[in-house]
Amino acid sequence: MAKTKIYLYTRFERFWHWLQAIIIFVLLLTGFEVHGTYSLLGFHTAVRIHNAFGFGWVVLFAFIIFWVFTTGEWKQYIPTSKKLWEVVRYYTSGIFQGKPHPVQKTKEAKHNPLQRLTYLALTAVLLTLQMGTGLLYYLYNDWAVWGLTFLGLRTIALIHLACAFGILSFVIIHIYMTTTGHTLTSHIAAMISGWEEVDEHEVADWERAARR
Amino acid sequence: MLRLVTLILTLAWTASAWGTETDEQAPGRILARQAVREDPKAWITADHSQHPILKQPFTKPEEVTRACLSCHNQAGIQFHKTIHWTWADPADPRGITGKGRLTVNNFCIAVGSNEPRCTSCHAGYGWMNKNFDFSNVEAIDCLVCHEQTGTYVKFPTKGGYPATEPTPFGGKEILPPDYTKVAQSVGKPTRRNCGTCHFYGGGGDGVKHGDLDSSMTNPNKALDVHMGIDGQNFSCSRCHSTRAHHIAGRVYATPAFTERKSLLEDDLAAKISCESCHGHTPHKAHAKANDHTDKVACQSCHIPTFARALPTKMHWDWSQAGDKERPIHKDAFGKADYDPKKGSFVWRKNVTPYYAWYNGSIQGTTAKDIIDPTKPVRLSWPEGSPNDPKSRIFPFKIHTGRTPYDKVNKTMVIPKLFGPKGSGAYWADFDWGKAIAVGQEYNGLPYSGQYDFVDTEYVFPITHMVAPKEQVLACTECHSAQGRLRHIQGVYMPARDRVQALDTGGWALVVISVIGVALHGLGRFIASLKR
Repeated sequence: MAKTKIYLYTRFERFWHWLQAIIIFVLLLTGFEVHGTYSLLGFHTAVRIHNAFGFGWVVLFAFIIFWVFTTGEWKQYIPTSKKLWEVVRYYTSGIFQGKPHPVQKTKEAKHNPLQRLTYLALTAVLLTLQMGTGLLYYLYNDWAVWGLTFLGLRTIALIHLACAFGILSFVIIHIYMTTTGHTLTSHIAAMISGWEEVDEHEVADWERAARR
Repeated sequence: MLRLVTLILTLAWTASAWGTETDEQAPGRILARQAVREDPKAWITADHSQHPILKQPFTKPEEVTRACLSCHNQAGIQFHKTIHWTWADPADPRGITGKGRLTVNNFCIAVGSNEPRCTSCHAGYGWMNKNFDFSNVEAIDCLVCHEQTGTYVKFPTKGGYPATEPTPFGGKEILPPDYTKVAQSVGKPTRRNCGTCHFYGGGGDGVKHGDLDSSMTNPNKALDVHMGIDGQNFSCSRCHSTRAHHIAGRVYATPAFTERKSLLEDDLAAKISCESCHGHTPHKAHAKANDHTDKVACQSCHIPTFARALPTKMHWDWSQAGDKERPIHKDAFGKADYDPKKGSFVWRKNVTPYYAWYNGSIQGTTAKDIIDPTKPVRLSWPEGSPNDPKSRIFPFKIHTGRTPYDKVNKTMVIPKLFGPKGSGAYWADFDWGKAIAVGQEYNGLPYSGQYDFVDTEYVFPITHMVAPKEQVLACTECHSAQGRLRHIQGVYMPARDRVQALDTGGWALVVISVIGVALHGLGRFIASLKR
């Protein structure tokens, strides 16, 4: 099949992806130090960096959400079960047999059904919950003013930690999955340059949810 | 809403530069500097050496008091109402709480039957026994608190009276005061005045408090950032604000203060709490420490250890007393580990405090209270709880001991310790049974005739020896699994607390993810070789 390069990720999209990656890395690193898992930067420094990057993340996240909705990119995250099992089957068997990916990336459909589901769950549930519990954690001293004293700091802290484990697990798998492109680094290269090499391909109607 | 604004400001702060606000500009320091800007001499309007009535040749101390009261005609009435005079807890309706009543400690246990020795630290003259007349204003000792020559000494065994002639005691000769000179010197109490008793409580330098000993007469800033002579040079009464001779700060069941008010909220409030001068959020804006002030007392972080210059007594085992043959060793600090009159001791320096929830109230034990001898008896203990908004995690010295009690009645006992041979006093006759029987009878208490020794604990709030900010505790002193607050209940503390199942499960998920992708990658690699 003929290969072609398409411009998949816009400048802002790449910017927010990498900035969010850095922020999440720093938050995981400092967060687990605050949890007492290890001693690296010093507790006080870790707390300060964690707070600063936490707020930074919330602000970036607001920009991301704004961008996703104003550009219509949110439609890329509408979940679908169509071809979902084909994708799952590809990653569990087809990939070992050198078969082509069942869903091609296109400008209009840059995420396969599995990615749509993962990113939606990640963004709408895991990251939101993490930011929410993080803010509550930070604002602990004001719970009485906000009428939130029914919350327990312990509960909030444990949810925050559970989400951190979830995010760390995602990061590991996510980084690994970048090696499953045409070459080991082609997905990462695309997220840097914006251009991804794909097979020439027609966008299926079902993928074009936006035009329905 | 405020916090949302704070949130945005924090971002701005993060974006600009960290710590542009200097320590000097921390709100707590600005407030405190304003609170203490004054010349202490500004209030002095009399030179006592020029008063004719103080130029007479006094022959006994009561004459000095009479002279004082001839001008300060309300002082006697005021002073009689104070704990310094009554040695009793005014809040106890039974009237049995207080060092002059039936409260017991694990030092020399109690006053009753031992008066002439103990009351050498009473601000009065002649409390020799229970017949002392507490209504006599001329029995008040004005001089011990107010004289400034440093030559006035109350004799250690004369019920508060100074010597009448040069008298040897403890290898030194104690001289009678030159009352005229001493009386003319009077002024506001200094650290030395207060320290005359408060540094030597329990019968020697640094025995009792742990944060009060003779090193605090002229401390440097490193030992006490407020009283340091190379700094603010505070006198005790700078914080122990005084009204009509009532000095703020004494703690029985009644807290030294009930409201944490800064001088901005109540300009006439006693300056006895840290908040009085430093406010509620004294640290730099956005400092995490400001979020701690609702749960952690300032003292907990700012007094890293107590007894930093001189050692303090940590343990006193009365059950060892009586062995006149036992060799006496000097410890690393030069303190004797044994005294046949008193038993064995343990002294410590640079002691890490014990921390407990504390609402300002100390629960004491009297010789009437039933105890449980199967476990260490808490002769005094801080009250407080994590759910009480007025409680804070607060540092304490715990003095442990083995102390006599009545095996049958299950009460602590008050032994007669001090007295002449044949009086039954333990320090003269060395017979516990007799000493306890005499002491109990003197105090109107029953005694079964059977005594033993029980493990006891006695607490002192640690609030002096505040260190310079550079010595403040690091976060991990408490925020760690085995930190100073490992036993504190009722708060979730990051780095100290965890649910092991969540940690185990979480790391299992991470490990499974790593192994999963590794195997997947390996599979792809092997498959590619085959193709």
